[in-house]
Amino acid sequence: MKKEEVPQDESNLASANFREMVYAVDNDGKYTTSLSTGWNPKKIALDNAIKEIEERIANAKTRVLNNETSPIKYYMEVHKMDLPVLASYVGMWQWRVKRNFKPSVFKRLNQKTLKKYADVFDISVEQLKNIDAGES
Amino acid sequence: MPENLKIDFTHNQSAHCENGVVSNLMKHNGFNISEPMVFGIGSGLLFSYLPFLKVNYAPVFTYRSMPGFIFNKFAKRTGIKMKREKFKNPQKAKERLDQNLANNNPVGLQVGVYNLVYFPDEYRFHFNAHNMVVYGKQDDRYLISDPVMEEVTSLTEKELEKVRFAKGAFAPKGHMYYPISFPDELELKSAILKGIKQTARDMTAPVPIVGVKAMRWVAKNIRKWPKKLGPKKANHYLGQIVRMQEEIGTGGGGFRYIYAAFLQEASAILDNPKLMELSKDMTSIGDAWRDFAVDASRIYKNRNAASSGYDEVALQLEALANREEQFFKSLKKAV
Repeated sequence: MKKEEVPQDESNLASANFREMVYAVDNDGKYTTSLSTGWNPKKIALDNAIKEIEERIANAKTRVLNNETSPIKYYMEVHKMDLPVLASYVGMWQWRVKRNFKPSVFKRLNQKTLKKYADVFDISVEQLKNIDAGES
Repeated sequence: MPENLKIDFTHNQSAHCENGVVSNLMKHNGFNISEPMVFGIGSGLLFSYLPFLKVNYAPVFTYRSMPGFIFNKFAKRTGIKMKREKFKNPQKAKERLDQNLANNNPVGLQVGVYNLVYFPDEYRFHFNAHNMVVYGKQDDRYLISDPVMEEVTSLTEKELEKVRFAKGAFAPKGHMYYPISFPDELELKSAILKGIKQTARDMTAPVPIVGVKAMRWVAKNIRKWPKKLGPKKANHYLGQIVRMQEEIGTGGGGFRYIYAAFLQEASAILDNPKLMELSKDMTSIGDAWRDFAVDASRIYKNRNAASSGYDEVALQLEALANREEQFFKSLKKAV
């Protein structure tokens, strides 16, 4: 890539006011570095990934309200986690976390376990039990 | 330790975090080693496909070697000794960090990205192999040189502990590292040769998960995705290829350009004009990776794209595999 071709597209980096460094070739064919504000293909990929997560969150919310899954699943999606990541944060086996997604099992969880989840999600146990309370 | 402690450390922004930390720590210790030099000697360039490992609900594609690998190889090949420490106890991890700062020693840290508050929200995923340097502490805030940032930044004790003890794949466990002894002179020439040879060998390895064979395997899978997974998931997977390729400064194209810059430097140090030519080839391969990203992004922008688009990008990836195979064969011969 030539230095003058370094993309200066709009991107999600703008909000944090930073630019990333890239290597590019100058007029004499020598490598140099240059700053880029962003690149469209990248932004599209990232936007798509975010949209995907938003859909996952919305879907989890509906399922919690329909009593098909527990709020743990909803908060997991909000925090961009998947099962292995959440399991390692709460220090439990994946199968156990998965079981806690069941509304009937969730209702019977003791305070200590609930607190563990609440701490990982940085919310109160009350907010964990009631997903609407978690929204600000 | 005193409350205000600032080591005289020069922050240089870099394209990739691990190279950047190594290069900055080397410069701090009086060795002028560029980011591309670290990347080339440490054999950072790679392509790998790990379909059985899922991150963000999609398989892993990586364009670089494992976290920590670059620094290890770089140190071994140039004759530097490094110290690495991991911790179970966050308090211990903090004490050791403070001790080093009190000894005027900036250290490299491996951290998770999700809780890095100075990153834009959209970039905060559960990715645990980010690297930064801590070079001091002022008013209860640790002074941070994050190589992908333009300027230095800082984190509170609590924030730093969170990122040092992030969980999940590649959990850093407080991982801290720094060079402890240096040879009188770096063995650059032999280190460069070793670095190049390994990259050429890995990229042409006869196993399916790394190098050009992995690229061909991905291409083959791309063709199957629309039918096998449906348009939505196929799109998500394709997006993952580009995201892993291009997220914050790194990337398929980006890494290729860093490698091309390395070959230019190496050509001068080894007095080998052939490497200069190969640098040009690598630049043009990097451009082709960028074209691939442009075309792939066209497909997933239009979420219901026809599956013929997938065939086209698969072809592009196969062409890239062929070019890189040729390239690394010539590179092997050139050194």
